[in-house]
Amino acid sequence: MKECVIRRTAAKEPFMAKLEDSMIVCRCEEITKGEIRQAVYDGMMTMNEVKRYLRTGMGLCQGQSCSRKVRDIIAEEMSVPRETIEISSARNPIRPVPMSIYANDKACKRR
Amino acid sequence: MSKADVIIIGGGVIGCAAAYYLQKNGVQVLVLEKDEIGAGSSSRNGGGVRQSARNIRELPLAMYAVRNMWPVLGEELGVDIEYCQQGNLRLGKTVEHERILQQLVAQGQATGLDMVMLTAAQVREICPHIAEEVTTASFCPTDGHANPLISTLAFYKKAREMGTEFITGEQVQALTLRRGKIAGVLTARGKYEASTVIVAAALNSRAIINSIGVDIPLQSSLIECLVTDAQPPMFPYMIGTAPANFYGHQTSHGSFVFGGSSGLEPYGPNVEQPISQPLTPPAICRAVLGYFPILGRARVVRTWSGFLDKTPDLLPVISKVTDISGLILACGFSGHGFGIAPIVGKLLSELVEEKTLTLPLDAFSFGRFKPFM
Repeated sequence: MKECVIRRTAAKEPFMAKLEDSMIVCRCEEITKGEIRQAVYDGMMTMNEVKRYLRTGMGLCQGQSCSRKVRDIIAEEMSVPRETIEISSARNPIRPVPMSIYANDKACKRR
Repeated sequence: MSKADVIIIGGGVIGCAAAYYLQKNGVQVLVLEKDEIGAGSSSRNGGGVRQSARNIRELPLAMYAVRNMWPVLGEELGVDIEYCQQGNLRLGKTVEHERILQQLVAQGQATGLDMVMLTAAQVREICPHIAEEVTTASFCPTDGHANPLISTLAFYKKAREMGTEFITGEQVQALTLRRGKIAGVLTARGKYEASTVIVAAALNSRAIINSIGVDIPLQSSLIECLVTDAQPPMFPYMIGTAPANFYGHQTSHGSFVFGGSSGLEPYGPNVEQPISQPLTPPAICRAVLGYFPILGRARVVRTWSGFLDKTPDLLPVISKVTDISGLILACGFSGHGFGIAPIVGKLLSELVEEKTLTLPLDAFSFGRFKPFM
């Protein structure tokens, strides 16, 4: 993404709703295709920006099920190849871990 | 290649806020961002909109923003930025903690900030979930928190709608001068012209201004946050502690965001990218559970880290550079830039348009570091 230059000026045409806009894409956070399309229209043009704006991929699965679908929608709305849209970074702890268990990870137990 | 009245380097919350307030007054702005909008500390901070425990020289900015800007900002920008003004609760367990908190309260009150000490019973009344050992607290009722990710993007969205051009993935390599005045910037792809340039690029600001022989002291510092799954609503306060071992709040979504440190971060591998340290999230969890044992079953879904851009006095540089006409600096926010971002954006627009400043900026002058540089 960092090599990918995006010029961002406001869209001239109004936002056009589509038939499949009510389809839920991010199941954890219940975010629809229409909301993602609207976010791209509003200027969110990377996976991270859409995520921060809408919460796509911020739920329990951390985007493991919807990432590629969200990427394809962004690419389609921007009329760019999907390879140019970078998937958001995966971060610790990958699977949800209760705070009481995470808290037990101490330096003295490491080798 | 491209021409604007003002070029802003850096698409973080400061750059986007400045773009918004300038564009609102009809100034044509071009924002150049090397990564994406809000990729740095704007999206990595804890979201505090806090006046309490702020440096006395920065306090007027925070108080102005809380009184006049934050409450109406979401409506103004047309996006719900999740601003919640229910107070900052700072907790303590020992006599020493109580002394620290009393000092903060006295300091706040002396500067006209509404702050009080709470007894153990009073804390429990407004926040029943705290650990038994908590015996004391300070409270600043006008503090709060907002969603920093959405706030940054909201400034961006509105500025873009009003006509600001943003170019992301465009890294500025140098500033250019013509007869000693700012003429524009150079990137890997070409050059952009403007007679005014605002440098709001956090740590990268230094290399950018070094290109024309200007320097300010900046140091990076890695900090880390974590977020849990959604929990039932427990408390609306921004939470801190006297020993400052963690801070955080419950978001409107229900998840808890907590930040803290293990103390080992400065000694980690020297990395360009903010990479999470393995011992930090457990340290944050232990600190949080020491005050909120009820959260033991809350599940951490994600951790992340980010860099602070620290100055020696931990105050930002929000200043014209006296010797170079057209150069304005807005960096070195030292980890507390988010809460004051709206007023900083407004003040930057006033600096550019040479209007009367809403608040004095003397404490944030570029010149204060000159004797050391």
